[in-house]
Amino acid sequence: MSGYTFKSYLEKSQLPHMWCPGCGDGIILRAYTEALAELCLAPQEVVTVTGIGCWGKADDYLGTHAFHGTHGRALAFATGIKLGNPDLTVVALMGDGDAVTIGGNHFIHAARRNINLTAIVTNNYNYGMTGGQYSATTPLEGKTTTSPNGTAEPGFDLCFLAEAAGANFVARTTCYHAVALKNMIKEAISHQGFSLVEVVSSCPTYFGRFNVHPSPVKMLNWLKDKAVPVQKYREMSAAEQAEHFAVSTLVNKNRPDFYTTYKRINRPDQSAKGEE
Amino acid sequence: MQGNEACVYAAIDCGARFYAGYPITPSSEIAELSAKYLPKVNGIYLQMEDELGSIAAIIGASAAGKKSFTATSGPGFSLMQENLGMAIYAEVPCVIINVQRNGPSTGLATRPGQGDVMQARWGTHGDHPIIVLSPSSVQECYDLTIRAFNLSEKYRIPVILLSDEVIGHMRESLTIPEVEDLIIINRKLPLVPAQGFKPYTPEEDLVPAIPPFGTGYIVHISSSCHDESGYSHNAPQTADNLVRRLHKKIEANQEDIVQVEWFGPEDAELTIIAYGVISRTAKQVVINAQANGLSVNLLRLITHWPFPDEQVTQALKKARAVLIPELNLGQVVQEVHRLNSFNTPVYQLSRIDGEIILPSQIMQKVEEVLK
Ligand code: SF4
Repeated sequence: MSGYTFKSYLEKSQLPHMWCPGCGDGIILRAYTEALAELCLAPQEVVTVTGIGCWGKADDYLGTHAFHGTHGRALAFATGIKLGNPDLTVVALMGDGDAVTIGGNHFIHAARRNINLTAIVTNNYNYGMTGGQYSATTPLEGKTTTSPNGTAEPGFDLCFLAEAAGANFVARTTCYHAVALKNMIKEAISHQGFSLVEVVSSCPTYFGRFNVHPSPVKMLNWLKDKAVPVQKYREMSAAEQAEHFAVSTLVNKNRPDFYTTYKRINRPDQSAKGEE
Repeated sequence: MQGNEACVYAAIDCGARFYAGYPITPSSEIAELSAKYLPKVNGIYLQMEDELGSIAAIIGASAAGKKSFTATSGPGFSLMQENLGMAIYAEVPCVIINVQRNGPSTGLATRPGQGDVMQARWGTHGDHPIIVLSPSSVQECYDLTIRAFNLSEKYRIPVILLSDEVIGHMRESLTIPEVEDLIIINRKLPLVPAQGFKPYTPEEDLVPAIPPFGTGYIVHISSSCHDESGYSHNAPQTADNLVRRLHKKIEANQEDIVQVEWFGPEDAELTIIAYGVISRTAKQVVINAQANGLSVNLLRLITHWPFPDEQVTQALKKARAVLIPELNLGQVVQEVHRLNSFNTPVYQLSRIDGEIILPSQIMQKVEEVLK
């Protein structure tokens, strides 16, 4: 054993964290750091790339290398970092705003290119940091501070989107399922190519309060009830499916990642050279 | 070879190994040649989905240790502004080549312009320093690309090479030195132990020695206000210290960064201040003027930003009048006015129709002023 524990990846001087009581982010941070420990990765080998938002603050508490960039661009920065040094383990932590609202373009293209990195997307169905406005994953008629009567827009299904764009590994769980989440993150990091872990998470302060319940416990139970294993989900009627979402590994492919393919096609001795 | 091509050879010669960009006229040759040559030197060409991602990818690759660059033109440069500020604030070196075209907006996409002088200076939000260089020949596209990387690595700041459509597409012969003869500056690395290392601790030159990701040092890079540890820190004094230091590291080194060229008689009655493609026109005017018995010289700006205050002040002090021809409605003129405490008459000659300013047009103005 490496002797690493989740604490090996936390920057204790930065704690306590700023998240609201009952927020799912703390559970996800614990699962992420436990996954790193179980994978025996040294903090010096890992770059955590974050976006902007509640989950985007996660780098503040981490003792891995970190790159806290601009809103929506985490995957574009992460792409450069991974290609700049392919030996690094690169993990992008994003919220639903970062990943598929302002940053949707980078999300589909990172999946299409199959960049060898892992995206852990915390989907809490709204923008928590700025006060609970709707995002591109807020469900139709979901109430937020900018959709007081319910939003007229349907929400994205992140996993479908990633699969359609070409991601190698796609999995979903919730912050209720902490152990499954840790294992999923381990699998995602170990998997070559673009891996997505969507964590449906709880924001009791905003989305919960407006749509479910302000109690963190009730929010977690709500997530537990909504999540059904993918096999069971497939057997459900359309009406039942609309009330639930599928969890567990949804895509598991072995398409070669971008760097491997680029290197295969562009060998340094390639004859395309020639003086102008 | 073309100016755009010279930029690519220079980038590769000084060790750049990562390019990410989005094709745009009139800069696309830089992307094409990078795609062709970077793999030969184990580098990577990456075509991103847009310019927001392009600049993000080069910043990321640079943070991971690769000298990185991108090329674009006005519209794409506008999209890069937010992350340009991020690279300035987080002190990540990179080079951005902007081959200017006529604007605003899509404008005349294939015609030259010099409308991005102020965008290059002030395009990103907040107070920030920047280094911008302006080539006026194919040779200088090569030389200033090398210099852009050197300054970027030395001061840990993005450097913008502000070229234009004519310089980018013009063909001239040039001398490419042997790589061994080039002066190449690489970012410094820390000499302190990894334990308790704070990546943003400035050294004597006010520049921190930040190692790339993946060495024994843990590196925390943040777009948020950060202290020397790199972790976000919201204290007013931290915010103040950081932005003032970023400015100081450039201001304290003006002499190293600012370059100009004087051309023509030393004590001329009229000084033309010009840059890029229009400085070529102006050179011809200086020669023609001399033949006609008129006393004219040229102050060519090689460094746009930080602005060559000292040299422009000198011109304002010595000359009877100053004339600034440029392909915009007076972006450098404003800076010259700022420095003019001598009541020297300052004349402006603007052209924004996508055509260059001809020697005859400048000559006409010179004659008017000196008559
Ligand atoms: S606003 Fe919501 S997402 Fe943000 S910290 Fe609070 S509970 Fe978590």
